[in-house]
Amino acid sequence: MTRHIRHAGFFCALLLAALLLNAALVQVVRAPAYEGNPANRRPDIARYAQPRGDILVGGRAVTGSEDTREHLRYERTYANGPLYAPVTGFASQLYGTTLLEDAEDAVLSGTHPMLAPFPLWSDFARAPYRGGDVVTTLDPAAQRAAYRGLAGRKGALAALEPSTGRILALFSAPSYDPQPLSGNGTAASRAWARLTADPDRPMLNRAVRQTYPPGSTFKIVTAAAALDAGVVRNLDAPTDSPDPYTLPGTRTRLVNESKGCADASLREAFTFSCNTVFAKLGVDVGARDMTRTARAFGFDNGGTHIPFPVARSTFDTSLDLAQLALSSIGQYNTRATPLQMAMVAAAVADGGQVREPYLVERTTRPGGSTLAAAGSRPARQAMSPSTAVRLRALMRDAVRNGTGRKAAIRGAKVGGKTGTAQHGLGNSGTPYAWFVSWAQGDHEPAPRVAVAVVLEDARSDRGHISGGDAAPIARAVMKAVLNSRERTPSQ
Amino acid sequence: MSNAGITVATADPPAPAARHLPRRRGVELALIVLAVLLSVYGYCAVGLAQHGTLPPGAAGYGAGLGVLALLAHLAVRLRAPYADPLPLPIGVLLNGVGLVLIYRLDLETPGDRAAPAQLIWSTLGVALFILVVLLLRDHRVLQRYAYVCVVAALALLTLPILFPAVNGARIWIRIAGFSIQPGEFAKVLLAVFFAAYLAANRSALAYTGRRVWKLQLPTGRVLGPIVAVWLVSVCVLVLERDLGTSLLFFGLFVVLLYVATGRTGWIAVGLLLAALGAVAVGRLEPHVHSRIETWRHPFSSIEAGEGANQLAQSLFAFAEGGVLGTGLGLGHSVLIGFAVKSDFILATAGEELGFAGLSAIFLLYGLLVERGFRAGLALREPFGRLLAVGLASLVSLQVFVIAGGVTGLIPLTGMAMPFLAQGGSSVVTNWAIVALLVRVSDSARRQHDGQDAR
Repeated sequence: MTRHIRHAGFFCALLLAALLLNAALVQVVRAPAYEGNPANRRPDIARYAQPRGDILVGGRAVTGSEDTREHLRYERTYANGPLYAPVTGFASQLYGTTLLEDAEDAVLSGTHPMLAPFPLWSDFARAPYRGGDVVTTLDPAAQRAAYRGLAGRKGALAALEPSTGRILALFSAPSYDPQPLSGNGTAASRAWARLTADPDRPMLNRAVRQTYPPGSTFKIVTAAAALDAGVVRNLDAPTDSPDPYTLPGTRTRLVNESKGCADASLREAFTFSCNTVFAKLGVDVGARDMTRTARAFGFDNGGTHIPFPVARSTFDTSLDLAQLALSSIGQYNTRATPLQMAMVAAAVADGGQVREPYLVERTTRPGGSTLAAAGSRPARQAMSPSTAVRLRALMRDAVRNGTGRKAAIRGAKVGGKTGTAQHGLGNSGTPYAWFVSWAQGDHEPAPRVAVAVVLEDARSDRGHISGGDAAPIARAVMKAVLNSRERTPSQ
Repeated sequence: MSNAGITVATADPPAPAARHLPRRRGVELALIVLAVLLSVYGYCAVGLAQHGTLPPGAAGYGAGLGVLALLAHLAVRLRAPYADPLPLPIGVLLNGVGLVLIYRLDLETPGDRAAPAQLIWSTLGVALFILVVLLLRDHRVLQRYAYVCVVAALALLTLPILFPAVNGARIWIRIAGFSIQPGEFAKVLLAVFFAAYLAANRSALAYTGRRVWKLQLPTGRVLGPIVAVWLVSVCVLVLERDLGTSLLFFGLFVVLLYVATGRTGWIAVGLLLAALGAVAVGRLEPHVHSRIETWRHPFSSIEAGEGANQLAQSLFAFAEGGVLGTGLGLGHSVLIGFAVKSDFILATAGEELGFAGLSAIFLLYGLLVERGFRAGLALREPFGRLLAVGLASLVSLQVFVIAGGVTGLIPLTGMAMPFLAQGGSSVVTNWAIVALLVRVSDSARRQHDGQDAR
């Protein structure tokens, strides 16, 4: 009997060993797969178990977290949601994250490895890291000016600090309040359904994710290429261009919306936005140099992140001469985001240097110490400094005497360029109205701000759309920047 | 055992020849103190993790558990001074950990508090332990009541059929707000009956009857009653849809038959019958069929877009625990939902204490079972040996069936994790098992003559 008791005991030991082995299998070997299973809610619970880090504008948090006491505990809140939605994006428990909430999610949600207070111990103790904050480069006054200017409109605005590439304002209209999307209830899904079904697409960030034909504002790039390539040496010399201009190799005749463009000098042509002159200049410069200059400004560069990705602005390179002529006045396949056109204005303002724009000044740990700071970014020379000086003069003329009069600010030097871009089948759509500009206070050493505005729903008739509509919005934003005494310190 | 075991009780061995083993009551007391302290520590850890403060009832909880354990210890000291010092502290620790886990889950389900009732049942359980240790002076007395036991067991098993089904199984009876699972008590009674009957008839079972091929079949007259009892109990349980318990009884029956007769053939026959029965039930009974399907594909409901089922949630909980666990009060095993405090209580232990804690719990059970087998080996009369082995096997099989079920090793059958799970009948029964083991081990060690019986 003893032997059989031992056998039975051995059997029970076997059962125990099987349990232990299986537990090790489940808890150690297969654990990573189970943790990654989409039906496992633990990662979500952990993610929302603590307040999310905040996004700061002008030293103040524009986001917050609300303790709902639900299973997914903290929900995102937004102070002034629609004002900053084109920057913050949303952080939803149902629909994920977008824009800054997405690009800086690791810092905000506290999964960034550098947030560990005591690196090795924190991993061992499984203590969740508290989320860090994201300090933006935005100027709240400029952002508010953009918000007010674009209220009730459809369009976008981007404003940069030319000397650094800091983004001072970034707005897209119509905007939306991201807060109703934060939770996980029916309210969130209703808001989502409403926003996604809206024909005006309020969640589309037109300033960085939408490209438009830049129209006449692209003439800045064409002028830069012509000056750099030596096609034009004297701003006031006649350019030997007919009006109307027959596109090379075709019978299509290009006309102007203003008079006196035949043989106009570059200064006149720029001030009154002569299509014929710039189309011919583009052809004279040639596809190679035009492409090189456009690329130097940032066209055809698909990898821009500010830190969320920016849509690629394009300048078509496989062109015949007629297409090159049209491309040189910002039509045909030339397309640009408002941010790209702000970069063009900033390059003119900053001696021909193009800087990668950025939106995040620095990220901080919960205590306030810096986690990562936006270092100095490499600058790219898009045109020679002398060309930039001459273009500044051209743009100032356009504001003083030409199409951009409504952008003038007392006590400041302002340079600008209007644009009207036709689009749609047979140019049937409401033309897009552009205004691209920069401003420098009279007592300041260098321009403080460069702005690009686009309106999809320009109101007045074709002749004088842009100056009348988009320029005041740009003016308000530039004024706000010039008036803000203190610049957010760049560290 | 060389003597023919047809006699009901073997005589006591001559006492003077026996060399008394050390009593080890001090060790038991120290271990009990440790067990109580560990439980109180767990209780405090839950409070700290959930609210950042010590839970208000910590002192009372510790004192209550301590007094209960102390009373049980005194009873052992008084009436079973030679008892094995391990079973009682193991029972206290497992019961204490169970209370901590249930209290911890209560915090997530404010509308449904189970810990107070569990505390009352634990008190009743310890009271039963004390009663058994005090009143049952010699376990061999039980042998006389074998047939009383079997009648009581069958009555208890059939009783719930008269009551309405709860969650699809007719295994509960509800009296005055308490739900009682009579099948739990039947476990011990059946173990006593099997042990007594087999001890009395083991020679007849082993050596008489016809021989068919290599298998020695016992006479129907001897085998009949026990097979009848077993069949009735299993059939009742199948009717009540309590498959875990029927599996448990079957395992107990086969183990005791093997230990009593030493016939390997019985194991073969038992396993064959079990396999046939399992296939038949799995095919015919949709409830069981779905359990088997869930076991084979725990994530099929996720792929079907219906979300994670209980087993998947349980596996997620175990996986989250990893090696060291999330810490008491910091897991999310409450996602399992229904039965998280009873059948799935182990998932909470696995998530919050990790593989380390889970292994410790398994090893505690293993130790309890091992002490049972030790007592069985040390005793010299067949009834005591079979009783000790039967009780130890009961614990072992029950732990395997439910722990294997919630960790995905075998198909899930609803059953209570001994001592840990919410369920009064189960706690009381397990205290009775520990009491009997203490009693049996006391006899074994009191008579010890320096070598195991042959």
